[in-house]
Amino acid sequence: MSIVKSENLFFEYEYMDESAEEVKKTHALIGVDIDIKQGEFVAIVGHNGSGKSTFAKHINAILRPTKGKIFVDGMDTADEKKLWNIRQEAGMVFQNPDNQIIGYSIEEDVAFALENIGVESKEMHKRVEDALIAVNMLDLREKSPNNLSGGQKQRVAIAGVLAMKPKCIVLDEPTAMLDPGGRAEVIRTVLELNKKEHVSIILITHYMEEAVDADRIIVMDDGKVAMSGTPKEVFSKTEELINLGLELPPVTKLAYELKKEGLDLEDGIITYDELVKGLKGLKR
Amino acid sequence: MLLSLKDLSYVYSKGTPLQTGALKNINLDIEENSFIGLIGHTGSGKSTLIQHMNGLIKATSGDVIFEGRSIYEKGYDLKELRCNVGLVFQYPEHQLFEETVFKDVSFGPTNQGLSEEEIKARVENALRIVGIGEEYWNMSPFELSGGEKRRVAIAGVMAMQPKVLILDEPTAGLDPKTKNSILSQIKQIHEEVKITVILVSHSMEDVAEYVDRIIVMNDGSVMYDDEPKKVFSHYKELEKIGLAAPAMTYIMNKLKENGFEVSTDIITVEEATKEILNCLNKEKQC
Repeated sequence: MSIVKSENLFFEYEYMDESAEEVKKTHALIGVDIDIKQGEFVAIVGHNGSGKSTFAKHINAILRPTKGKIFVDGMDTADEKKLWNIRQEAGMVFQNPDNQIIGYSIEEDVAFALENIGVESKEMHKRVEDALIAVNMLDLREKSPNNLSGGQKQRVAIAGVLAMKPKCIVLDEPTAMLDPGGRAEVIRTVLELNKKEHVSIILITHYMEEAVDADRIIVMDDGKVAMSGTPKEVFSKTEELINLGLELPPVTKLAYELKKEGLDLEDGIITYDELVKGLKGLKR
Repeated sequence: MLLSLKDLSYVYSKGTPLQTGALKNINLDIEENSFIGLIGHTGSGKSTLIQHMNGLIKATSGDVIFEGRSIYEKGYDLKELRCNVGLVFQYPEHQLFEETVFKDVSFGPTNQGLSEEEIKARVENALRIVGIGEEYWNMSPFELSGGEKRRVAIAGVMAMQPKVLILDEPTAGLDPKTKNSILSQIKQIHEEVKITVILVSHSMEDVAEYVDRIIVMNDGSVMYDDEPKKVFSHYKELEKIGLAAPAMTYIMNKLKENGFEVSTDIITVEEATKEILNCLNKEKQC
């Protein structure tokens, strides 16, 4: 069962040329076919301007296709009547935690969307509590979100999305502004939601070491899907990735350098343990 | 000494119930021509600290000495200080505003009251050193890509020819290639122009790769101030305060636990490669 499925998806941004008065167009997505299964954890990587965020914004119908189709849980995003259903199914978390927090207290913030769709009070308390438990923030429920660390703020934002009981959460560079501790917190939370609650995760990131945890990595380049496969498959294609303006996770990079120096290691080493095992095999 | 902070403390919302000590007794000496990494978890006081260095925030107590003079002296020219200590904020592309790239970069030097030729020379030079070619100079800054915008914003500060360049997370949100290219450009500027650079970063890998000295902030105090290898050898303490060591440090420790005779004070891929090759070669000789 697909949660997100795009078919030959095209998107054009239009903008006015300053000097002349003609409308110019940039093609941000060019015939994208992506099929994400319910419960899958997919990381989307690619250089700035490759079309990652444009694709993400199609998932909850912030943007609509110029041509082609995208379906979220079977619903066509071009169908106006389905808009609110689509946005409940596919929640979104953005880069800057400060731009998406509005409540005076954490629980109020998490309840915001539920209030908007008129969820009954008892049900609302239950959902807010469950969401805060899932991101491990229940203790702080009555505190002001303003004094939280970056990682905690992002977890509150995730809880806000979670309270809507979405089938799928799209995170657009959720860790770009966080310190290493905050980054680890957010990724741990996302992984748990995926494994325990079976929420589909679409994580857009520039940190390759975060993409390593995904079931599948999709590499975007110039509005198209350039590569798609398991982390191991994708990170085995070192030269190709570098040509696409990306880099390897640190462990993979070290293994690659060692291989270049003549060590007989397998391709696509992505964990510390794999590297240690590989090197042990070379000892004696 | 180029820039010194002496017993510097800063208290937010003093005299109210929300009173918080943001900086506590900071003592730092910033030498000429150094390349420093400033790290710490969100809320540790990094941004507050750098805003003291060019007088944007006035300390509650203590002193800031730039080239031998206290910036809190009566009649001290803070405007000149801000030209000498250039600060590039987070997401500096949000501050671009002019019609063309060239005009945008001219803003600083124009306000310094320089002659037209001097402004032109400085702007051209600044744009060249950040890698923005002539073909961009008459374009609107808003037509540029994220990485290009950021370079233009850095050029805007460089055009004032500061002696200290402070960058607050200059590569947040950029893809790896753009990030590496901007950081190597900054390193090159540091080497060629002999400018002091202070890099605020959340990326331990970047700090390990580029800087000569690391200052670690925690809860408004300086926790470590040393060369990168020594600072990252405290990786367990760093983790407790929301930081980490570069991946290479963890890998070398893991190898050591698994019986490899390797040194663990290693922070870059290059060093790790050498060390592992050495270790394997030695084993063979035995």
